[in-house]
Amino acid sequence: MIPAPFEYVPAESAEHALQLLAEHGDDAKVLAGGHSLLPMMKLRLATPELLIDIGRLDELAGVTADGGDLVIGATTRHADLAASELVRAEAPLLAYAAAQVGDPQIRHRGTIGGSLSHADPAADLPMALVALGGSVQLQGPGGTRIVSADDFFQGFFETALQPDELLTAVLVPRRPGVPWGYQKFVRRSNDWAIVGVAAADGRIALASMGPKPLRAWAAEEALAAGASPAEAAALAADGTSPGEDMHADREYRRHLARVLTRRALLHETG
Amino acid sequence: MTRIELTVNGEKHSDEVEPRLLLVHYLREVLGLRAANIGCDTTSCGACTILLNGRSVKSCTVLAVQANGQDVVTAEGLAPTGELHPVQAAFRQNHGLQCGFCTPGMVMATVGLLAEIPNPTEAQVRAGLEGNLCRCTGYHNIVQAVLAAAQAQAEDESAEVSA
Repeated sequence: MIPAPFEYVPAESAEHALQLLAEHGDDAKVLAGGHSLLPMMKLRLATPELLIDIGRLDELAGVTADGGDLVIGATTRHADLAASELVRAEAPLLAYAAAQVGDPQIRHRGTIGGSLSHADPAADLPMALVALGGSVQLQGPGGTRIVSADDFFQGFFETALQPDELLTAVLVPRRPGVPWGYQKFVRRSNDWAIVGVAAADGRIALASMGPKPLRAWAAEEALAAGASPAEAAALAADGTSPGEDMHADREYRRHLARVLTRRALLHETG
Repeated sequence: MTRIELTVNGEKHSDEVEPRLLLVHYLREVLGLRAANIGCDTTSCGACTILLNGRSVKSCTVLAVQANGQDVVTAEGLAPTGELHPVQAAFRQNHGLQCGFCTPGMVMATVGLLAEIPNPTEAQVRAGLEGNLCRCTGYHNIVQAVLAAAQAQAEDESAEVSA
């Protein structure tokens, strides 16, 4: 499968990418690892006129600590996120989530900024960022704004990112030693989560339980009020709106959300 | 058209390409390197796995223009003198293939895996190759081949150290 024709410009800097976005807006797409965008272009689900390649901009890659946050460059690849000593020590849930994305080849190419902007409700990193209470840094013509993960994800493949904005970095609170759990239910390796649950520090995020990564609010409130993991997990599917497909119907997804949330709250991974 | 300059199997190449040209098509059709196979064409099967800057990637999901200025190795580049690379030799000795279609991708994924984890456990081999599908389902011997290749590389290195 071959994408429809497009123009290609390798961005010389983030600033250059922003200029091109200002000029071309909706007709342009930002390319980093290309592991969400290129498959869509091959299926002609996306037919941008211009690709702005930020994949080789060093200024957008890497992990640093800044005060209370880890600052993760948008083009940091999943394999590097998973291997980062800093991330493993101070946001271990995120390192673990990055290691669950796709397969090794995919993790060598895909980037955190790309995965978050693509906003697949079944994906690992959006769910992880919601569970960690992280946020994204969006740069646009009017300056930079920080948007929390809860507000960034708005719907099915829909985010707060505007056509003239670039996701430049991801901010994650530094919390070494905080217990966490992560559950991804799949039938085969390499698949999207049929249901996913990430839990850390009283926050619970769900994948594939609605049009975007959701908080399990009722379960979180029960936990905060002193409920046991099992009692809280029984409420994990409340307020969710899972879809149906060949893998699972709605009731089965709700069941999985409850089972996996209990395991995640017991700090299990799998 | 966009000009790209890249290194493939140690040789420099410079070509005008359409931006939408996939790296696997560039390798197969422009350079005539046919080891990387096109299987699923959807980033699933791994038959098109090559090394990009030393890391395994699926070349059906990389644009040729994204490889501009980068270093590419295909299975053809593993044995420039004709003597099999240790991973190729291990696949041969352990019958790590049946029909052979997935083999170039399996071999390249293995070379990438052993560069990251020189002495993997069996579980690490299985996880490390989860991006490569064998429709003959010949996984058992593939895993044995990877473990044997790791062992052979370790023995080579200790021989070099003692020599």
